Amino acid sequence: MIKQGRLKNDIVFEVINGLIMMLVVVVTVYPFLNIIALSFSKTTTIGLSLLPKEFTLINYTRVIENNLIWVGLQNTIIRVIVGTSLTLIVMIMFAYTLSKKDLPGRVFLTLFIVFTMFFDGGLIPRYILIKNLHLMNTMWALVLPRLIDTFALIVMRNYMMSLPDSLEESAKIDGASYFRILFSIIAPISMPIIATVILWTAVWHWNAWFDVLLYIKDYDKMVLQYVLRRIVIEGASDTMNVMMESVNEIVPAESIKAAAIIFSTIPILIVYPFLQKYFVKGIMVGSLKG
Amino acid sequence: MSRTVAEKKINFKIKNNMKKHSTWKKVISYRQLYLMALPAFIYYVIFHYIPIYGVTVAFKDFSFVHGITGSEWVGLEYFKFMFSGNAFYRVFSNTFILGILKICFGFPIPVIFALLLNEIRHVRFKKMIQTTSYLPHFLSWVILGGMFLQIFSIHGPLNALFEFLGMEKISFLTNPQRFRVLLVATHIWKSMGWNSIIFLAAIASIDTQMYEAAVIDGAGRIKRMIHITLPSILPIIIIMFILSVGNIIKDDFDQIFNLYNPAVYSTADVISTYVYRQGLEQMNFSYAAAVDLFKNIIALILVFTSNTIANKLDDEGYGIW
Repeated sequence: MIKQGRLKNDIVFEVINGLIMMLVVVVTVYPFLNIIALSFSKTTTIGLSLLPKEFTLINYTRVIENNLIWVGLQNTIIRVIVGTSLTLIVMIMFAYTLSKKDLPGRVFLTLFIVFTMFFDGGLIPRYILIKNLHLMNTMWALVLPRLIDTFALIVMRNYMMSLPDSLEESAKIDGASYFRILFSIIAPISMPIIATVILWTAVWHWNAWFDVLLYIKDYDKMVLQYVLRRIVIEGASDTMNVMMESVNEIVPAESIKAAAIIFSTIPILIVYPFLQKYFVKGIMVGSLKG
Repeated sequence: MSRTVAEKKINFKIKNNMKKHSTWKKVISYRQLYLMALPAFIYYVIFHYIPIYGVTVAFKDFSFVHGITGSEWVGLEYFKFMFSGNAFYRVFSNTFILGILKICFGFPIPVIFALLLNEIRHVRFKKMIQTTSYLPHFLSWVILGGMFLQIFSIHGPLNALFEFLGMEKISFLTNPQRFRVLLVATHIWKSMGWNSIIFLAAIASIDTQMYEAAVIDGAGRIKRMIHITLPSILPIIIIMFILSVGNIIKDDFDQIFNLYNPAVYSTADVISTYVYRQGLEQMNFSYAAAVDLFKNIIALILVFTSNTIANKLDDEGYGIW
């Protein structure tokens, strides 16, 4: 009797719990579905509905016809590739050096980088620096300031420190240089953490927009997120008007904005399964060091 | 006696010399490593330490014509100006209020979510929930901002729901008090799944024998969750809590800047957005730098303290070093 009563309690709990989790999924997914529906509509609003009103593809055609979107996409891809490769090379070399436990000056170097996690010069000094370095309106203003993320660096160093010394010994006896040891032995073994850092950096670059607002003036150097910001948040007239008014018909701003949002979300969705796997791994490695 | 002392001294000297000698030897044998570290070292000097030197603009009357070194020192004038005006107090308290609200509501929810998710037995359903709830973490606040401006607008779906339920429409985007709710809610929406990962990992490492013993004792699922799972992950909950309190002053610029508008400045304008507008829109470089510096010093103290406490509490080292 008692046992059955308990079982009943468990079942009630499981049902309620399942419903709560369903609610979480619905609350997470609903805004996307609503915006998708709006992006296929010809109205300014579709209310609660998840179905398009007056189905149309015109919003997407307007987005695709907007040259700035493609320029932005191209610049974003360039930025992701250049930024991530540079970061990777510089970071692997530094992490390897810091992983040598008996390296003279290691404590100093570690403190030197950790301090930057605690204290930051701030927005204005950074802006002045970029201006003084004459990096304004160049891609380097987007790539160089974020060359190394100190947290990722420390995670990578910890990973390399956990590798056994014996890995390198035979190579050392053969007279291989540290450079060769790093790139032919250590880096291939550290692939899990390298993959994680690649994704961290790539996603950061993909999503970055504020540095473009600060440092980039020319239209042909803007990145996708910034173009999107101009369309959906600032509603900048120079980008919006082109899309709204064309020869035949006027399309509401809201549904064009929705199409632009969905258009820029698709690339992330495509790589998402991959992202999720390595990001979660990275969080584990990064937080549980020992 | 005296001989042995002298011998010891000599031995010490020799050892010391050897030590110095071997240090040098090591430096030379590691020269390639130093060379490999050089690009990163230069990066840190230029992009972190020069801006740290650059905070001196807060004590100067900076203009680009004269540069940092050429601009005139004005001492604490901009700090005095900062404390004399109302704007600073407003953005400062807005930052803290939002930070506290985000911790009060945003901190427990991922913990509860992790606890409940752990009780889902159906593996594919569990995977599906995880996959869905992590997704917003990967999207920028530009995308999400654009989306939420639509969702929360007066014609948007949320107000359609209110209307459907016979309630009055609420203008979230222009009402300063409601806007706070919007900021906290969207923050939780974006980060809940992601922030639960660390707790899920802690739950996964709990010894299953404890649960088996509890089942024999006749403990139901809720009891097991409250009496075994929760206490087992309590250490990491405490540590994560301390770390998040340490970040309380680090407001979410991306979120607020993409959602706010002048109508809600009275509650939504925080230090980082204020610094941006003062510094780079109004070109009050020195004043903005002073506000930012003040914030960064408080952030330094908070983060340092919270990390020190977190590291003391746990030798696994969840803090940043």
